[in-house]
Amino acid sequence: MRKFEYLRPTSVEEAVAAASRPGAAYLAGGTNLLDLMKTGAAGPELLVDVTRLPGLDAIEPLTDGGLRVGAMVRNADVARDAAMRRNFPMVVEALLSGASGQLRNMATVGGNLLQRTRCAWFQTPEAACGRRDPGAGCDARDQAGRSHAVLGWSERCVAANPSDFCVPLAALDAQVEIAGPGGRRDVALRELHRLPGDTPHVETALAPGELIVALRLPGAGAGFGRFSRYLKVRERTSYAFALVSAAAALRVEGGAILEARLALGGVAARPWRAVEAEAALIGAAPDAGAFRAAAEAALEAARPSGDNAFKIELARRTAARALALAAAGAPERMPALPASPFADIGAPAHA
Amino acid sequence: MTPRLTMTVNGKAREIALDDPRVTLLDLLRDRLGLTGAKKGCDRGQCGACTVLVDGRRVNACLTLAVGLDGADVLTVEGLAQGGALHPVQEAFIAHDGFQCGFCTPGQIMSAVALIAEGEAGDDPERIREGMSGNLCRCGAHRGIVDAVLDAQRRMAGDAQGRMGKDGERAA
Repeated sequence: MRKFEYLRPTSVEEAVAAASRPGAAYLAGGTNLLDLMKTGAAGPELLVDVTRLPGLDAIEPLTDGGLRVGAMVRNADVARDAAMRRNFPMVVEALLSGASGQLRNMATVGGNLLQRTRCAWFQTPEAACGRRDPGAGCDARDQAGRSHAVLGWSERCVAANPSDFCVPLAALDAQVEIAGPGGRRDVALRELHRLPGDTPHVETALAPGELIVALRLPGAGAGFGRFSRYLKVRERTSYAFALVSAAAALRVEGGAILEARLALGGVAARPWRAVEAEAALIGAAPDAGAFRAAAEAALEAARPSGDNAFKIELARRTAARALALAAAGAPERMPALPASPFADIGAPAHA
Repeated sequence: MTPRLTMTVNGKAREIALDDPRVTLLDLLRDRLGLTGAKKGCDRGQCGACTVLVDGRRVNACLTLAVGLDGADVLTVEGLAQGGALHPVQEAFIAHDGFQCGFCTPGQIMSAVALIAEGEAGDDPERIREGMSGNLCRCGAHRGIVDAVLDAQRRMAGDAQGRMGKDGERAA
């Protein structure tokens, strides 16, 4: 690990001033950054520890029925929050499907939103990566596979965003509160992560020194209640990143869909909100035909970036199944295997 | 500047002078405090062999910078036994043969202690498997591990009920 300076400021203003320096990075849970520093894929000169900044560790109700979550709340504590479980069950399901009990105790809301891609070439300093080093090209381009994007990728970068948490957040129109050298501003979660285009190193909408201080889940999303699910397909039942995942929410009245939300994970450099699929569902009966048609619409622009054409059909099936799960409603108690396709099958089928 | 930290490790107050902010909690425990129970397996948060409790919560010590832990309360496998008496989770691992080579065992035990305290797995082997998925065992002793966690949990719940009348507290 390269040498760095360590600073633990006591106010947001002090943190922002320190981190506006070139070569500085914020340190929260450290579960991603420390790993990258050990492999040499990241080498900040200054770490600004934001874990003890005041006022960033609470979950509060909003007047519109939504929730505001401080950026330093740990993933495990978000998942345990009673209001979160009641109003946004697919957010809890997504969080509990990610990482391990230890990592969820460490990882923060802000850090999860800003976690880097798990593309093996990005993580390996010896490989050319334009996301890591501006203009460096992309060694993954000719070897892209199961972990890479099938939507929104470019010749310069085929990486996918690995976050589970961000997928339901994109579906729920979450807002990200940011403090920076120029003051406070909000960014829609759907606009936080950039598609690579010709500038894959511009990963997010954040300017140097800007710090995520909170996340807002608008009350409109709470209306879906238990009719919202997260489904994640991975290579082992637990403790693995998604090949493909889907967050789906439905509001059905009188046998017709009044409102629908759908977002996909593991398929692009950002959590992929499928607005065309949502539009296709409005007014339809909540049945397999409608869900399949919506899934077709969601993946219409998809194309393989390498040996990963299977992810396109896998994503269609995952989306259609997540919609069917949302229509049926989440069970009272979180399944033993959160978000797993094996959740309802039980131990003997997979053990 | 050499940061000075105050930490409680296995119930004992420690004053630690850190000459380098790169020192992880795992390296601090193993190389500087002589507590080699927590193991360095992958050193990347993937195997769980370094699991310890910080302020009662299980974490990967390999991905935790020691410099950020001023004032923290750290519990490692060395601090579990009370006097000569093993912790119920330690006893259960022995009774159910929850290990083979033993390398992952301190991490498994600390993770199990925390999982039981979290109180969300209940009496369900599937939930225990899911809750322990951050601790890999390359010998494949998982069947014994799950049995051990189930058994320890039942015994600790029984003990807690027995004590409820006295102090009203749950066994940690």
